[in-house]
Amino acid sequence: MIELYAAIGAKPLFLWTDLLIWLLVAVIVLGVSYTRKRPHLLEPWHRVARSRLAMGSLVVLLVYVVIGLLDSIHYRPALKSTEANAEVHYAVEARTVLDWLVGDLGEQSEKSYSAPLATHLYSRESIETEAGTVRDYPRLQHGGAHLEDPAQQRGDLTTSLFVGGLQGVLVWLAIALIVAMWLRNRQGRSPLQWVVSKIRGQSDEGDVLPWHTILWVTCVVALLMMMAIQVGVKYHILGTDKVGQDVFYQAVKSIRTGLVIGTLTTLIMLPFAILLGIMAGYFRGWIDDAIQYTYTTLNSIPGVLLIAAAILMIQVYIDNNAALFETTEERADLRLLFLCIILGVTSWTGLCRLLRGETLKLREMDYITAAHAFGVSHLRIITRHILPNVMHVVLISIVLDFSGLVLAEAVLSYVGVGVDPTMYSWGNMINGARLEMAREPVVWWTLLASFLFMFVMVLAANLFSDVVREAFDPRLQSRGERS
Amino acid sequence: MLNYILRRILYAFPILVGVNLITFFLFFVVNTPDDMARMQLGMKHVTPEAVENWKQERGYDRPLFWDDTASGVGVVSETLLFIESTKLFRFDFGVADDGRDIGKDIRERMGPSLAIAVPTFIIGLMTNITFALLMVFFRASYLELSGVVLTVVLMSISGLFYIIGGQFVVGKLMHLVPISGYESGLGAFRFVVLPVAIGVISGIGSGVRWYRTIFLEEMGKDYVRTARAKGLSEGRVLFHHVLRNAMIPILTGAVVVLPLLFMGSLITESFFGIPGLGSYTIEAINAQDFAIVRAMVFLGAVLYIIGLLLTDLSYTLVDPRVRLS
Repeated sequence: MIELYAAIGAKPLFLWTDLLIWLLVAVIVLGVSYTRKRPHLLEPWHRVARSRLAMGSLVVLLVYVVIGLLDSIHYRPALKSTEANAEVHYAVEARTVLDWLVGDLGEQSEKSYSAPLATHLYSRESIETEAGTVRDYPRLQHGGAHLEDPAQQRGDLTTSLFVGGLQGVLVWLAIALIVAMWLRNRQGRSPLQWVVSKIRGQSDEGDVLPWHTILWVTCVVALLMMMAIQVGVKYHILGTDKVGQDVFYQAVKSIRTGLVIGTLTTLIMLPFAILLGIMAGYFRGWIDDAIQYTYTTLNSIPGVLLIAAAILMIQVYIDNNAALFETTEERADLRLLFLCIILGVTSWTGLCRLLRGETLKLREMDYITAAHAFGVSHLRIITRHILPNVMHVVLISIVLDFSGLVLAEAVLSYVGVGVDPTMYSWGNMINGARLEMAREPVVWWTLLASFLFMFVMVLAANLFSDVVREAFDPRLQSRGERS
Repeated sequence: MLNYILRRILYAFPILVGVNLITFFLFFVVNTPDDMARMQLGMKHVTPEAVENWKQERGYDRPLFWDDTASGVGVVSETLLFIESTKLFRFDFGVADDGRDIGKDIRERMGPSLAIAVPTFIIGLMTNITFALLMVFFRASYLELSGVVLTVVLMSISGLFYIIGGQFVVGKLMHLVPISGYESGLGAFRFVVLPVAIGVISGIGSGVRWYRTIFLEEMGKDYVRTARAKGLSEGRVLFHHVLRNAMIPILTGAVVVLPLLFMGSLITESFFGIPGLGSYTIEAINAQDFAIVRAMVFLGAVLYIIGLLLTDLSYTLVDPRVRLS
């Protein structure tokens, strides 16, 4: 293995959150293949799939997820050694596949602040010229450095945007044609004809997905992404921050942190909430009392304070055992994992209470009594008869919790008990930039970047979760039919 | 009634003991007094004597759970757990790391916290209910659709941006109110306006949606159909019958958070430099002053339990069908 790593020039780094994220992907894939064969489970998902709103936001969410997944494969590049045959050392700072894809974007740092798409620094500095020292705005080392004259910037930007737009359309068309070829229900049209008809808004009989919306949203996303890539290699799209790091890069890297907190927290707390909630409702008696006591006690501790206390503790542990961690990423990752766990501890109580109530109702149903009469064991009743009938509660709470957790991360990082300060996250970006609005002249782009990236993701998640809730919640459906 | 309240207070006691055990575990077992001393005195160049001194000053040099050297009940009561817990239960919070009395600080800082939290809560509640009622009144129209879209958008913006944006626009660009600070007495008004307004606006998104669901649920009930069948106008049905019945879930939901208003809002207070309990907590977290954090955890738990008790009582007050048992 060691030779293999040396040959590639990289050594994989397995972080806890990476493993859990991929485990989650595996669970979702299994869940999808399980659901596909069962029409009664598929039915509510069909309702979600027919919704234009849900599918549009799903496309946006998927883009975030793909970026986050690419950012969840870490490796440590080999350091170039001057001597031949020397032992290969690996960098202390890990990189991800995403870093590799975007190339040097993360390392192209300037001296200090520069505005979006700027070619010059945001503040004056003393520059040595032939005529002596003048105070002026110096040129950036990377942003627009290929231009001989900054006045050409406008034309250069237009060209880049045009090229990027063209690439975007091509990429989108390629994706659309691949999807069309793979599709069976084309009504005898060629893939190209199918794409054109969908773009025009025709819907065929038997179509479940709102292809019109999906194609248009994909088109916009592809255009934006290719334009960002074209412009991003030459300029700092969203400027640079105080230490001169590209803000756009930071915002993109923060996607993984947001996704990890939004999903892993739920994944970690789910088993406890389900097990304890169903047990409390099913067995009642002293088990119910004990479980209720546990969640009331945990609930009565103010969430932020519990998180703060736990994070301060883990930080003391990390600082005292610095030798355990080879890379800064591993250290930051342990704190992130711990944050997910402690967020889970503070948020499982809500779901647990819901499940308890739901189980209390279910256990009085006739079919459960019948199962008892047949001598079916408790374990079997719970797994076969109760669990499947409370899954909609679980699913709704997963999708509803996601956006709240992403927003909570920003607040916690502001308080100083969120993710590690070295980790890219929207909360850390806001925290670092909160005094910049008071500067003269105002530095607004870091806040704008974190706002935009966070807002789009949370909005898409909220819209999607609304549709999912409507499709799965039996109460909402009965109301819809009546009014 | 009295009997019931007494029994509920007795129920609350084990919960407080549980909270106390959890915080004790976090603050004294996971993070031993030795660690605390080293952190307070600086990681390096600290002699074992200095650590011992620091612990002795605070009485942290006792054994954690069990004292072998003592006799009789002393094996339990001479321990850190027992002494620290009894202090908390007597609301004696001790002194902070900078030597100030925590109990006195908390009493002083309660006022500014309430000056922000109470208006935010009341105005927020009324705004949310009004908008939710209007949305239900205009249901199945474009007005409602745009309302729904707006609330989702408002909900998707982080609370931090409301504060940063509000401070920038109102405080810096328009110079209407000071950006941050506080003053006691009537002068507090100009410092309180902006935090309250921002607090109300940032709560609209989720609040209106929540109340709208409550109202819609009520709209599906039989008495609404009866009222319509009697020939009442839609407005009268909504504002008279539905609003009154929806008050039950609304009131009981509001009562829970009532005591917690004392705790203040962490973020708002620290952004606006208001010397309340929220900013007190944040300062303590940043300074890693565990005595204050422990006191605030205990206080929060007590207030939460009072909230639960009030909720149960308010059920019986607004809904005569519910009996205390």
